[in-house]
Amino acid sequence: MNGFRLEPRAHSPWWLNVLLPLAAVIATLVLCSGLVVLAGANVLTAYTKLFLSSLSTAFSLVETVVKAAPLVFTGLAVTVAFRAKFWNIGAEGQLLAGAMAAAFIGAREGLPAWSLVPLMIAGGALAGSVWALLPAILKTRYKVDDVVTTLLLNFVFFYGMMALLDGPWKDPLSGYPDSPDIRMEAEFPILLRATRLHLGVLLAALATAGVWLMLRHTTLGFEIDAVGENPNAARYAGINIAAVTLLTAGVSGALAGLAGVGEVAGIHFQVMAGLSPGYGYTGIVIAMLARLNPIGVVPAAIFFAIIITGAEAMSRATGVPVFLADVIQGMSLITMLAALMLTQYRIRWNRPEHE
Amino acid sequence: MESPPLLEMRGIAKRFGDVQANDGVDLTLNGGDILGLLGENGAGKTTLMNILFGVYAPDRGRIAVDGRTVRIHSSADALAHGVGMVHQHFHLVPRHTVMDNLMVGQSGRGLRLDRGFALERMGEIERSFGLRLPPDVRVGDLTIGEQQRLEIMKALIRGARILVLDEPTAALTPQEADGLFTALRAMAGRGMGVVFISHKLHEIIAVTTRVVIMQHGRVVAETANDDTVSKMRLAELMTGHEITPPSKVSTTPGAVRLRIDNLQTRGGARPSLKGICLEVRAGEILGVAGVSGNGQAELADVIAGVLPVSGGTLEINGKVVSRLTPREVQALGVGRIPEDRMGTGLITSLPLRSCMVLPRIRERRFSRCGFLKHGAIGRFADQQIHSFGIQSAGNRVRTGTLSGGNLQKALLARELAWEPTLLLAAQPTRGLDVAAARFVHQRFLDLRGREGAMVLISEDLEEIFSLSDRIAVMFEGRIMDVLDIHDATVARVGLLMAGVREAA
Repeated sequence: MNGFRLEPRAHSPWWLNVLLPLAAVIATLVLCSGLVVLAGANVLTAYTKLFLSSLSTAFSLVETVVKAAPLVFTGLAVTVAFRAKFWNIGAEGQLLAGAMAAAFIGAREGLPAWSLVPLMIAGGALAGSVWALLPAILKTRYKVDDVVTTLLLNFVFFYGMMALLDGPWKDPLSGYPDSPDIRMEAEFPILLRATRLHLGVLLAALATAGVWLMLRHTTLGFEIDAVGENPNAARYAGINIAAVTLLTAGVSGALAGLAGVGEVAGIHFQVMAGLSPGYGYTGIVIAMLARLNPIGVVPAAIFFAIIITGAEAMSRATGVPVFLADVIQGMSLITMLAALMLTQYRIRWNRPEHE
Repeated sequence: MESPPLLEMRGIAKRFGDVQANDGVDLTLNGGDILGLLGENGAGKTTLMNILFGVYAPDRGRIAVDGRTVRIHSSADALAHGVGMVHQHFHLVPRHTVMDNLMVGQSGRGLRLDRGFALERMGEIERSFGLRLPPDVRVGDLTIGEQQRLEIMKALIRGARILVLDEPTAALTPQEADGLFTALRAMAGRGMGVVFISHKLHEIIAVTTRVVIMQHGRVVAETANDDTVSKMRLAELMTGHEITPPSKVSTTPGAVRLRIDNLQTRGGARPSLKGICLEVRAGEILGVAGVSGNGQAELADVIAGVLPVSGGTLEINGKVVSRLTPREVQALGVGRIPEDRMGTGLITSLPLRSCMVLPRIRERRFSRCGFLKHGAIGRFADQQIHSFGIQSAGNRVRTGTLSGGNLQKALLARELAWEPTLLLAAQPTRGLDVAAARFVHQRFLDLRGREGAMVLISEDLEEIFSLSDRIAVMFEGRIMDVLDIHDATVARVGLLMAGVREAA
């Protein structure tokens, strides 16, 4: 009669953790179906195309997995950072930093061929780290808000990169604002013949296991959770919060950097403006859907890979613009955040006490 | 001829998951009553008051004010029915003046504050209840006691006829508490009803007219506060069994464990310490009394290495430790029970097992080369849960699901497991019920008996007096005096807490 109100929950049952992401996704699809209708298509046909086209053939299945690799990396990067409440919105910039480093190293003629791949991996991870450490130092030293700095540094990096690509680092052969191609020997080996399944996919799987191991089984993971959940208590317990934050930022940036390395060494073999269609930002949605669980990042990343690859097929078949994929990404973050509230509150309907 | 009671709660029931927090609670409050509401933690007092305040909707039951059934969905509803509440933590705007805070949310008078109207109402409250505050002082400049008075005045100005006070004396000097009691009696004298929630039994006896005791979500006893009521009797009614006071054997203080000489800190946002000199020996408990915010928390932080020293010396076991990190101080055998167990002691969202090893996770026992030894952590947690009788469904439950008493036991178990040579404890029994507090006290005395040294910071003078060998009183970042327990009286300590030094 008087509507409803939110009441704090004493306990949140475990099945909510599984149910919530699913519910968020379903709610997103329902909400977005309005847009599909507006685009003049049949909702069922559009969604079928969206989901099934990327799973229908062996080739498209592999393509989906390849697409998921950078998303797994950025999802992990955000997961690690958010666990320590280091609000890294900057995976996009860190990814580009990794990509730039990889493209630079991969194009060096003077280096021995065997050293290129390991150097690109190490250099890309390091570059991502450095770009993430910058805001982390500002946060720990001067208490500068990390949301703002990590976000804005994305633009600093992107436009800095574009200035380079349009100037001193422009590919002399193509004349486009692209970097020169990396050497053949620098390309990631292909794991499955006649596909694009490259080494980066394997690295993403290894990184998932590594992050899980770190969070679950190391003192660093323990301290990351302590700092993230209650920095005051962590400080009183003798944990060095600044050190943990910096380490977290370094690991997070390295993971994002590896996403960039994979894209350069496995897919594009150069750096250009469209290298990342917002993988760093999608990583945030993925991490939230995964509830900051590294294992959960994998299905969440695959889900978005399906949508991103499926959007093309859907668009061709039904005329719904590919941008629906972006809307779904944004909408699922919002629905997931709303759903997360239900882990702490329950809805009570106000009703008269006497019937 | 009989008028209906001021407030009547009938058959109130509320369930949270598996816990029946309120199970058919009946409560009657008449005008002129000061009702003491007693019960162990988790007995359901807070839930009951939250239902009265519209925070929770009851599953069953009925609330009536002046005999008329009312439905309360929010604190605004509660106030509209004349129910006011003074929480443990105040809801004031520090930058506003007393008058601004009083008039916040007062409707129907246009956008501008009507100064004349406000002064008039403040005058009425002073005449009726003897409560007075200067109208133009900023809230940030008031003492805790004055802020509480302001909260009460706020409730009165909004027309409260039923006033609920939750642990109102936790941060008051004995003299301030007496002032509060006088005001409460004046309210009762004018036909208002007061519900007084406290764990301090002597206050319940001093101020209430009737006592209601809750246990496991039910009212288990109700008695008029007459000559038959004693502290022991109330404690027994509350816990359902007899309570023995802690036994304190005499010890001879041993070697100096903590020496502080002319210690200073730079304040900033927190009160600064101005030349503290103290000494604590093995087998000794030094009580530190004072109204909160006079530097006690800072003293503990400085000793624990959390707050930097800006002058003077700090020695633990004969070693100068002024520049050590918290972890290095721990390694010297210093245990710490912080004031705010949910905020700085434990991490409520982590599993209990993690909290049990939080400060020691880097030690060989719990990790090797950066990898956690989950088995050892679990065994250690189970051991502590068992030996301290912590009520918990295993070591993997979220720490926050434990009751206040069990949280404190967990914290205590964690620190005592390492047999500290020096234990710092702040407000160790705040919010604990009698039985849990006794348990904690006995553990402290046991430690003292085993040649442990302890600094006990507390606002509860009863606790200070029953445990300490010597009492240091802090005021505005200074030690006013250190009294031997045999020379100390509540009145003397109370005056020192207020910053008054007796004429020599």
